[in-house]
Amino acid sequence: MIAISILNRLVMAAVTLFGVALIVFVLLRVVPGDPIAMMIAPGASPADILALRAKYGLDLSLPAQFGVWLQAVLIGDFGTSISLRRDVLELLLGRLPATLELAFAALIVAILIGGTVAVIGTLSRRTPLEPAIDATNGVLLAVPDFVWALALVLLLGVFFPIFPLSGRIDPTLSIDFVTPFYLAESLVRLRLDVFLDVAAHMVMPVLALALPLATVITRILKEALLEAMVQDYVLLARLKGMSEIRLVLQEALRNAIGPALSLTGVQFTFLVGGTVIVERIFSYPGIGNMAIDAVINRDLPLIQGLVLVFGAIFIVINLVVDLLAAALNPRLRHG
Amino acid sequence: MTDALLNVTGLSAVSDREGGLPVLRDVNLSLRKGEVRGLVGESGAGKSTIAKAILGILPRTVRVTGGWINFKGRDLLGMKPPELRNIMGSEISLIPQDPQTALNPGRRIGVQLADGLRLKRGLSAKAAEARALQLLADVQIRDPDRAMASFPHQLSGGMRQRVLIAAAFAVEPELVVADEPTTALDVTVQKEILRLIRHMQEVQGTGVLFVTHDLGIVAQICDSVTLLYGGKVIEDGPVRSVLENPQHAYTRALIAAGPRYDRPDAGLEPVPEEVFRALRQEIGIR
Amino acid sequence: MAEPITIAAPVAQTRPPSRVKTLLTQPKVLFGGGFILLLLVIAIFAPLIAPKDPLEQDLMLGSLPPAWIDGTEPGYYLGTDDLGRDVLSRLLYGSRIALFVAFVSASLAALIGTVLGLLAGWYGGWTDRIISRIVDIWMAFPPVLLSILLVAVFGSGVHSVIAAIVIIDWTRFCRVVRAETLAQAQLDYITAARTVGFSRMKILTREIFPNIVPVLIALVSLEMGIAVVVEAILSFVGLSVSSDTPTWGGMIAQGRQLIHHTWWLLVAPLAVLFATVLAFNQLGAGLRRALDPVMRR
Repeated sequence: MIAISILNRLVMAAVTLFGVALIVFVLLRVVPGDPIAMMIAPGASPADILALRAKYGLDLSLPAQFGVWLQAVLIGDFGTSISLRRDVLELLLGRLPATLELAFAALIVAILIGGTVAVIGTLSRRTPLEPAIDATNGVLLAVPDFVWALALVLLLGVFFPIFPLSGRIDPTLSIDFVTPFYLAESLVRLRLDVFLDVAAHMVMPVLALALPLATVITRILKEALLEAMVQDYVLLARLKGMSEIRLVLQEALRNAIGPALSLTGVQFTFLVGGTVIVERIFSYPGIGNMAIDAVINRDLPLIQGLVLVFGAIFIVINLVVDLLAAALNPRLRHG
Repeated sequence: MTDALLNVTGLSAVSDREGGLPVLRDVNLSLRKGEVRGLVGESGAGKSTIAKAILGILPRTVRVTGGWINFKGRDLLGMKPPELRNIMGSEISLIPQDPQTALNPGRRIGVQLADGLRLKRGLSAKAAEARALQLLADVQIRDPDRAMASFPHQLSGGMRQRVLIAAAFAVEPELVVADEPTTALDVTVQKEILRLIRHMQEVQGTGVLFVTHDLGIVAQICDSVTLLYGGKVIEDGPVRSVLENPQHAYTRALIAAGPRYDRPDAGLEPVPEEVFRALRQEIGIR
Repeated sequence: MAEPITIAAPVAQTRPPSRVKTLLTQPKVLFGGGFILLLLVIAIFAPLIAPKDPLEQDLMLGSLPPAWIDGTEPGYYLGTDDLGRDVLSRLLYGSRIALFVAFVSASLAALIGTVLGLLAGWYGGWTDRIISRIVDIWMAFPPVLLSILLVAVFGSGVHSVIAAIVIIDWTRFCRVVRAETLAQAQLDYITAARTVGFSRMKILTREIFPNIVPVLIALVSLEMGIAVVVEAILSFVGLSVSSDTPTWGGMIAQGRQLIHHTWWLLVAPLAVLFATVLAFNQLGAGLRRALDPVMRR
């Protein structure tokens, strides 16, 4: 039963991904600007142009181009970037880890902040602190990552210049990374100086991505916690003499996580989407920043590859959230 | 020292939500050690308000305006929260109404049962677990080992209520407040649960305040009964004398309204309107 | 959330308070709506209100700080940018693009999303399956990336920005309206209408749609806030209107570049953008609370 439903989800995911690929492909073929025109040297002969078009497969019919491209993608060949003249897959794999580290760090920070505020809000119900938390959170819920990022630039980059404003690592630091996961690798190799530098570069982008999600988590989780706190089992536990904080953490939290989780999943995809603009603002070398350059340069193969990667990430997140929700729900786990 | 366990004297309360409407009017009731007293009335009669007042969990909208709740010589109403916490769940415990919502759906039965033992009796995790297993056997759950490792949704409603009874009696309290513990159950299961509560109560010598709206249940399980209407005690006494020789017209009408198993043709007479009218006048409800 | 409990109306007044009155008792509606109204007035009368020509360059008066900081020139309340253009005037003019994009794109996205959502929720079957699948595919795109992509395809400009926002965000309306329609369709009054013999279309437009309007209005307000941000992001990346036309996003991009020299160039448009988004959000939340018969309880 469960295997079938997972298989079903996977097939649906593949269909969605195919749809994403198709749309991007069609969209890019109606681009008025000709990418070839942008890369030829002035005075190139028509024969040169034709040769270039043939090289990038732009001389075929649309369905044929799609077929060729799809076939290549299935064997891991994403083509060659027009603007960077390098293998797209290689470029993606080189940049993706930076974005993944950013997104997961932001997710963890968001859960920590959102969870803590929700628990504090629940503990402080019927005190003046609760409406204060609700009101503040209500205002902050409206702030998008773009505004957070720029506000942080002003606050922590200019007024109190604590953290570096751009990049991923101080270029003067001498370390040869084996993997593109700088944060994880420096930690594993116990290079604390490098780790702290990479982390310092991540503070602002991570906060900009995490804070919008944190406010959502706070609201959903607090609502779910308050609902759980009036259940009979909490009353019984309270009669047994359980402390208020244990009531929240041990009795209510595990039943509140379920409803909060599925929404956090959807919001996490928004967070990943937000890396595009946040990486841009902090000149962070991830796939989001790369995507904007690719679009501006009309780099078709690179754009296709990037959108496919983003689509795949989104689909995987949704899949994982569904599985997690099932795993956390005792009704589904122990039928 | 008398052997009175619980003495409620002149308890009065109003509901602020309903503009200061009295919900309890000068209620007196007492419970001896090892006695099972039924607290009966229709909904809104004030029976669960009394139960909540004893447990110290009155909603904020209900305000006690007078009276005492005396438990073993100490006034529960005048007690500070830490003191109250020491008594609740230790000397006084609760069997809740709805076994669906009274067990945490996310935690295994075993650990939930062990909570009270660890918190109130200071048992180690291992000792609490052993005791919990014994308790599950005591409340006649087949295969207690499996029940220990189960989640609430894996047990039937009757089983869950047995678990809750085990939890209530786990700490060997002196007073158990049973808040309509069989309302949510099938009639067939109801009987077993009543028998079980009576059994546990007799073994441990516990005083039980049994809140219900059903005089039939009172006849099955209680030694004595307090009948409420509109927040006022209408009738009070040993079950046998109240049921066989009711003093009040309302009680008589109520008994007539219940089904009679001995005479299927009789009973099920609705309580006449004039009885209610007289009753309301007597109590002073407009 | 604790809302003040309304005192029961006196016996003589049998009609419930009118919707307008309920609306005006909502502080969120008052604040949010008031701010948007003010912004609207500013946008319409920008040429009359703005102290300077927003395009007029004066390199002699470049990079002036705001009026409350020393070394400023009278008349330039929020200072000037590096080309000597008046920041306040540019901000005031910037509200034109922001509000135009917000109103047009949110209305169009609402229109498309609502129609498709109603059809999917009410007719079900293949209609629903196809529309829902398209929404799923849409949800797999990072919205910012997709909007940048679309503007790149359409070419930059206000109309491209609006088109991009509509193409991306109709799904927000579609999802909510579909869910609401499904919920309404299960209620007894719909069954009653069907047994009376109303046509399906008539039930949809006469019975179901009016009940979705409150949610829809709130959603449109939220969407306007989102549209303002998307426009700012696209201007920031340089894909919206030409760089001459004053936009908040363009000013933010300029401020970000010159952040170490003239930080106020970033503060002013960022503050205005934040206030606008907040106002649309609060208005949406307040409207929802005031109009939704269930939430009003």
